[in-house]
Amino acid sequence: MRTAAPFARLAGMFASALLLGWSPLGAAVDASTLANLGDAHGVAPCASCHGADGAGQAAAGFPRLAGLNGAYLRKQLDDFASGARENAVMKPIATALDADERKAISDYYAKLPIPAVLAKPATENSKDDSPGALLATRGRWSQQVPGCEQCHGPGGVGVGEHFPPLAGQSDVYIRNQLKAWKQGTRHNDPLDLMKHLSAALSDNDIDEVSAWFAAQPLSARGATP
Amino acid sequence: MKLRPFGSVPGPRLLALGVTAVLGACSGKPVGGLPATAASAPLPHPSSVSHASSAAAASSADDAANAARKTAFVPPAESTIPEGPYGDMVRLGRAIFTHTRENAGAYVGNGLNCSNCHLDAGRLADSAPLWAAWGMYPAYRKKNKHVNSYGERLQGCFMYSMNGKAPPLDSKELIALETYSYWMAKGAPAGTKLPGAGYPDLPKPAQAPDFARGKTVFESHCALCHGADGQGQKVAGAYVFPPLWGPDSFNWGAGMHSVDTAAGFIKANMPFSRGGSLSDQDAWDVAMYMDGHERPQDPRFTGNVAATRKAFHDNPNSPYGTEVNGHLLGSQPMKK
Repeated sequence: MRTAAPFARLAGMFASALLLGWSPLGAAVDASTLANLGDAHGVAPCASCHGADGAGQAAAGFPRLAGLNGAYLRKQLDDFASGARENAVMKPIATALDADERKAISDYYAKLPIPAVLAKPATENSKDDSPGALLATRGRWSQQVPGCEQCHGPGGVGVGEHFPPLAGQSDVYIRNQLKAWKQGTRHNDPLDLMKHLSAALSDNDIDEVSAWFAAQPLSARGATP
Repeated sequence: MKLRPFGSVPGPRLLALGVTAVLGACSGKPVGGLPATAASAPLPHPSSVSHASSAAAASSADDAANAARKTAFVPPAESTIPEGPYGDMVRLGRAIFTHTRENAGAYVGNGLNCSNCHLDAGRLADSAPLWAAWGMYPAYRKKNKHVNSYGERLQGCFMYSMNGKAPPLDSKELIALETYSYWMAKGAPAGTKLPGAGYPDLPKPAQAPDFARGKTVFESHCALCHGADGQGQKVAGAYVFPPLWGPDSFNWGAGMHSVDTAAGFIKANMPFSRGGSLSDQDAWDVAMYMDGHERPQDPRFTGNVAATRKAFHDNPNSPYGTEVNGHLLGSQPMKK
């Protein structure tokens, strides 16, 4: 249920959380409450790291969730829970959620609009011939590295459930993920695609391409595809 | 299993930012087709003899698939395209090549871009690179039984791979594509087949290419990007991953409809970042699966599938006019 006043809404959810607790098998998982307040079984509120608007925290490398593909988010939560994606912070949280809750939270964030704080106007990026731009838009085919855009879409807006947006993520998050693919500490990529292409990337390549995507324009209107 | 209709597939919009299309007919090698009978001897690719023997040896095949690339001609860097009218024409050619509908829309009838089959904007060895094609024309082609200029060869790409219309030889579009090719071939020897030209010739598979086995390969290795229905994936109305059959794909006259051509492309280049990872048998089977689906009609259609096959597709690598998966291919061509 929604009320007009955010404070009243949060207070109401908090009260219901205290009074009723959570039914893991309940049909109506209140994803908004889980996301913003967590629950009594050790689930920290998503919002405390990813922001109330789902924008993430750039400096800390906590990723944007708002507007991402719901199936992608759900797979990541499932993988955190199973250990297929290793993360010391996310594992206990994802484990404490049941499958219905993980799905509900994924759908919740998928429907959140792209936060205004991430919106940036288009710039002259298309003329950019920096090493990061070349990797992102051209790739390095001599080493079987396609341009990032060829799977993640023009400007890294994301394509479907398997190729998440890179635009609207911080350079810290993108860099951390690329290094994790390369080092093998992240390994939940379909067909090992990221494992293979990241092996050809130097630290400098990773810095450059992460910075390029972090600078890409992003419209605040509408969700990512 | 019945082929599913494609009527529900949305057509490209005018605003398409297009990262798409394919080109099957544009390979540097003349379209003639090798006999695909299981009995015929393997035809080793000159630069990848070692992967002729074992379809299972994925790692050695991987090395072999890259062998041509390591010895291939290296085209000039994009950053060396000069300023001025000549450089502008090179850049226009590149733009047409990678965003074909957006920049040559009058001649494009599907959702593909040249760069879908000529990877790295036409620069990649074993992906029918332009630098290897430029120096091979004029050439006699069995496909139309006369000597073709490079420009006429490009017209074929538009008619078949792009399912569109031939740009006039003096059109800005063709001159731009010729200029882009000429620029890319700077320093490459002319008149000789260069290592990495066209697509690799795969040795004949141990088992005849099979639609059902190919479906399994497709589902495990291809559907991730091309979609479970093979219709690609779009962003903002433009394909990011191209459709492999159906109304927005290449037509029955395109080179990529030949199973041998498709198998060579797939083996060397698919999936992205994993070229060479499929076994030869898997590449043949999944090529059969892709080319065992309906697509737009061959523009040379005579009005009769059997007669059209006899006239233009009378070789074992063309599934056109044959029955695959219980369907006579070419009998229900896709229309927009």
